[in-house]
Amino acid sequence: MSAQLTDTARVQTAASSGPERRVNPFLRAGLLLLALLVVLALPWYIYPPVAMDILAWGLFAISVDLLLGFTGLLSFGHAAFWGMSAYTTGYIATQAGVPFYVAVLGGAVAAMVIAVPTGYLAVRRTGIYFAMVTLAFAQMLYFIANQASAITGGENGLQGIPKTFFGIDQVETDSFYFYYAALPLILLGAFIAWRTVSSPFGRVLLAIRDNPARARALGYDVERYKIMVFVISAGIAGLAGGVFSVSHGFASLQELAWQTSGKVVLITVLGGIGTLWGGPLGAAVVVLLEDQLASSGFEGIGIITGSIFILIVLLFRKGIWGTVADLVTRLRSRGGRNA
Amino acid sequence: MTQFLQYTLQGLAAGGFYALAALGLAVIFGVLGVVNFSHGACYMLGAMISALLLQHFGLGFWPALVIVPVIMFVIGVLVERLLVQWLLKLDPLYNFLLTFGLTLLTVDIMKRQFGVSSLKYEVPAGLTGRVSFGSVDLSVYQMFAAAFAVLVCLAVWMILTKTRVGMIVRAATEDPERSRALGINVARWVTPVFGFGIALAGLSGVLAAPYRAINADMGTNFIIILFAIVVIGGLGSILGAVVAGFLVGLVEAYGQGYYGQLSQVLIFVLMAAVVLIRPAGLFGREEAA
Repeated sequence: MSAQLTDTARVQTAASSGPERRVNPFLRAGLLLLALLVVLALPWYIYPPVAMDILAWGLFAISVDLLLGFTGLLSFGHAAFWGMSAYTTGYIATQAGVPFYVAVLGGAVAAMVIAVPTGYLAVRRTGIYFAMVTLAFAQMLYFIANQASAITGGENGLQGIPKTFFGIDQVETDSFYFYYAALPLILLGAFIAWRTVSSPFGRVLLAIRDNPARARALGYDVERYKIMVFVISAGIAGLAGGVFSVSHGFASLQELAWQTSGKVVLITVLGGIGTLWGGPLGAAVVVLLEDQLASSGFEGIGIITGSIFILIVLLFRKGIWGTVADLVTRLRSRGGRNA
Repeated sequence: MTQFLQYTLQGLAAGGFYALAALGLAVIFGVLGVVNFSHGACYMLGAMISALLLQHFGLGFWPALVIVPVIMFVIGVLVERLLVQWLLKLDPLYNFLLTFGLTLLTVDIMKRQFGVSSLKYEVPAGLTGRVSFGSVDLSVYQMFAAAFAVLVCLAVWMILTKTRVGMIVRAATEDPERSRALGINVARWVTPVFGFGIALAGLSGVLAAPYRAINADMGTNFIIILFAIVVIGGLGSILGAVVAGFLVGLVEAYGQGYYGQLSQVLIFVLMAAVVLIRPAGLFGREEAA
């Protein structure tokens, strides 16, 4: 049964549920506008640091979805890139005193740099092996960070990361203004992901996801494409991790731990694989839930998140976005029949 | 030289836990195609249950060595029947994620129930102390653990190669389609094999109980190292799991002895080298792309 990775057994993405859905351009523009409005309004209704967490985790999930939903690769070691950038961003920000944009971009570049050798080794295996190899490399980075306490602060982590921003006091001290200052970085990441998916490059990725042998037969260098998307994804995860560490003012070993890799996969699957939109949705659910649980003094968040994971994997493999999209399609076709 | 022998024994003892647990992982993967993320949690449960048996029923190490694998077998059967079986026809990633969720759940339940401080357990009477061979001073329990693990691995090996049941399981592992075509009811063996694999993880936990810190987090690192082991040995290869288990145990022990804290990194360097040179693992077969 181990060799049963045929096309019927492939990961169920929301996008692969039927013939390609044609989205009305007006509907798409409307949804985009709505999403932008929600993102802009978020810190008015939610405690701003929590709103920032939603966006950072949402972008992180988008980076995972780029691999899982659009290339068919499950990275279970994405904490490596999120954490690498969190530390690098923190290090640049504390040492150089540059605006946090520079620090976060530096962090993203660092994440992409370590993604090259990791990707090179990981793409030699597919499916479950890919997940295990990426997981192992992330853990290796975890141990190295734990040891290199001169730079990373070991168990204590990097503390006191400043939100330096061109001397604008509100941004540097008030998390409400910081949210808007950091927003462009998140949007940049989301835009890169969207451009990647909707480019000819992205179509090749889909071809690789659906039938790697055919893509290879058509002359595409499958491994090279995989490494490229892996590095892009790492860069996006790096943007998210950098923003996260600046927002919190610290970077800790937790950022590199496999639980973090698992959490972002949970968010991605919960939101809906192969949608990009799903990531932020899943992030909103998970971050708000964890925030509620933490403030109510409940210990053992894993009991809740673990149960959610089991439930969605068993019952709602298309995630929130995929389930809702299905419902809408079904309702619409029924409406069409009645008319 | 003295040091070298000591590290070797430590490595073999640690390798024993790894080999036993990795063997369980390999058998489950072979027959079900499931990479069981919760294997580390099962190892933790094995050790925890041993400690609880001692605390509440006064049952020591020797009874635990029998009772715990039985309990874990039952848990494994329940998990397979209730959860894992529904996803067997889908991409293996789903069961990987399912067992990941199960791990979060189990670890946090145990943490809530028993806290984060370690439970007490003692080296069983008769296996305490150390023996000296010339200038080499070795822990009796470690020698026992290493020998016991080797014996169990050998026993499993004998079952797999010499009995009819073993032959069926091996055939199902190697080529489920052809086994089915030859009239073997592969599906019948899926549940017991899953239980058996979980029982091996539990047994590994019992063996670790007397000299590792027993707490809810003890499987956290263990599972990642197990993954490195099965990648090195070749996933689904039974011999590969055992050999790589001992190999990683040795690498870890020498690393700890000679290089200090970087030993954990060495394991992953070894894994990287294997993936680079032999992507299918030391004993694995090349998979079709």
